[in-house]
Amino acid sequence: MGQITLQGVQKSFGPVHIIKGADLDIADGSFVVFVGPSGCGKTTLLRLIAGLEDVTGGAILIDGRNVVDVPPAKRGLSMVFQSYALYPHMSVRGNIAFGLKMAGIAKDEINRKVEAAAATLNLTPYLDRKPRELSGGQRQRVAIGRAIVREPKAFLFDEPLSNLDAALRVQMRLEVTRLQKQLATTAIYVTHDQVEAMTMADKIVVLNAGKIEQYGSPLELYEKPANLFVAGFIGSPKMNFVTGEPAKQQGAATVGVRPEHLKVERNGQGGWPGTVSVAEHLGSDTFLYVDAGPLGMLTARYVGELGLSPGDKVSLIPDPARIHRFDDSGKSIHA
Amino acid sequence: MARMVTTQRKVISTVAAWLVGFLIFFPILWMVLASFKTELEAFAIPPSFLFFHWTTENYVTVQERSDYFHHALNSIIIAGGSTLIAMLIAIPAAWSMAFSPTKRTKDILLWMLSTKMMPPVGVMVPIYLIYRNFGLLDTRTGLVLILCLGNLPIVVWMLFTYFKEIPKDILEAARMDGATIGRELVYVLTPMAVPGLASTMLLNLILAWNEAFWTLNLSTLEAAPLTVFIASYSSPEGLFWAKLSAASTLAIAPILVLGWFSQRQLVRGLTFGAVK
Ligand SMILES: Nc1ncnc2c1ncn2[C@@H]1O[C@H](COP(=O)(O)OP(=O)(O)OP(=O)(O)O)[C@@H](O)[C@H]1O
Ligand SMILES: [Mg+2]
Repeated sequence: MGQITLQGVQKSFGPVHIIKGADLDIADGSFVVFVGPSGCGKTTLLRLIAGLEDVTGGAILIDGRNVVDVPPAKRGLSMVFQSYALYPHMSVRGNIAFGLKMAGIAKDEINRKVEAAAATLNLTPYLDRKPRELSGGQRQRVAIGRAIVREPKAFLFDEPLSNLDAALRVQMRLEVTRLQKQLATTAIYVTHDQVEAMTMADKIVVLNAGKIEQYGSPLELYEKPANLFVAGFIGSPKMNFVTGEPAKQQGAATVGVRPEHLKVERNGQGGWPGTVSVAEHLGSDTFLYVDAGPLGMLTARYVGELGLSPGDKVSLIPDPARIHRFDDSGKSIHA
Repeated sequence: MARMVTTQRKVISTVAAWLVGFLIFFPILWMVLASFKTELEAFAIPPSFLFFHWTTENYVTVQERSDYFHHALNSIIIAGGSTLIAMLIAIPAAWSMAFSPTKRTKDILLWMLSTKMMPPVGVMVPIYLIYRNFGLLDTRTGLVLILCLGNLPIVVWMLFTYFKEIPKDILEAARMDGATIGRELVYVLTPMAVPGLASTMLLNLILAWNEAFWTLNLSTLEAAPLTVFIASYSSPEGLFWAKLSAASTLAIAPILVLGWFSQRQLVRGLTFGAVK
């Protein structure tokens, strides 16, 4: 079991208020990702749940029990650090076994579990090596092995893949997701990479300046962003925002249209006219950066190749069903 | 071609290193040789390098005139004692500075180090008077105390840099793995800190062993360590090269042996942080 609830969790470092009241319900077995810009408090929130920082206010419940006064060692969670934080003086075996040893489990059972974990993570040939004799990817797997072997109530990951190269990151991303599904253990995963967030999460928590902006499934966030911040943060390239006349027509202060929901017409009529200033040809897609005069710069994504070049006149026609409307305060307006 | 250049360079640097090493070591070698010569041969010009009349009579005379073992024991007690006490004080101090620093930690460290910049002669008179009034002159306790206090800043500073290098993450990982504070100390922190503790201790031991200013000024006989024993051979009555050499050889022998066996620790300790 690993059901985690945050109730009005706050954290200050001295006079600086970092987490400003977080409420969250994380269902047992789900994969929850914290995303947000750098410095928004993702790591801090994760460390509060881990117990490595003390809360300034509020409650953290694990399976219904308030754990704010429980030391990290007793919370039954395991954590994978960005730096891996392996014990340099212990072998891979020693590293994975350490948590079990601390729990006072019998030697042969420890061995059995360590070997099983090593097998799942393809670490068997390296069991007797020291961490410094491993590659980055292997170290990462040892850190994950150390986390899973204890069968914790939940895994906490703090940007575990950010030190790996792009190809390995994709592979480990799949591996972590597969492992989590197989073990059906709750996972909280911090990242600032929104591709990781969208692909791995059952639910995403979007944080901004110490506040939870929205909590929902990846598609919910994509289709129904709660406000301007989430709309702009989720999705790549970023959503286009238009104010002024076109927004007023829709009865909103701002309207937002994702690049993929703008139809591009060469010399077209209607919609938003503009001039192509940059065209990025990826083969499968074309990204157009269009100078739309009073509407500002707009980004459009065209699937396939359109053969446009800078200086060409185009017209961008938003898909009426995919226009997001926001009020003065930036909140979404739902019809 | 490139390969040849590198072998050539290797040979050159090896030869150069041996040369420098020999130059540095030469005075010690000369001293050891002189200690086996007669007083006359020790002075002889041109000096004889190996082909002289080898004798151990200097050692016998030295032991007869002044009790080597008495001074050696003092040296061991003073260097060992001051090192142990300094470590006992410095470990918790450096610990708290490294793991829960406050706003003033950096200032305190700098201030402590700054006391080492002051020439000891500057406080010679007040310290001497204090020692006289408290009856600490020519006592082992007094020497342990002054050497301990004198080296404390360096010990704290060294330990601080060692502890600082231990990533906080690893301690937190141990905590997440269910280790209590005690077990974290035993299984994670101590094994990671031992090399640092060992080289700090060694360096401090050597510093205390070689310390000559306070030991010469605050002791005469009872508590006098080997530094005083050596100094007594360069007396107004005249220099006795061979005997002085024998005394010096005896004095540095223990620390030389210790240094030889622990050179790897020492090098690691002295270059710590310089290379990753
Ligand atoms: N121990 C601390 N003392 C004071 N301020 C801190 C401390 N730890 C974090 N902060 C501040 O809290 C804020 C949030 O930090 P946090 O590490 O949680 O950000 P983050 O969302 O994880 O960012 P990143 O994506 O860059 O890792 C930052 O402004 C940081 O400066
Ligand atoms: Mg972070």
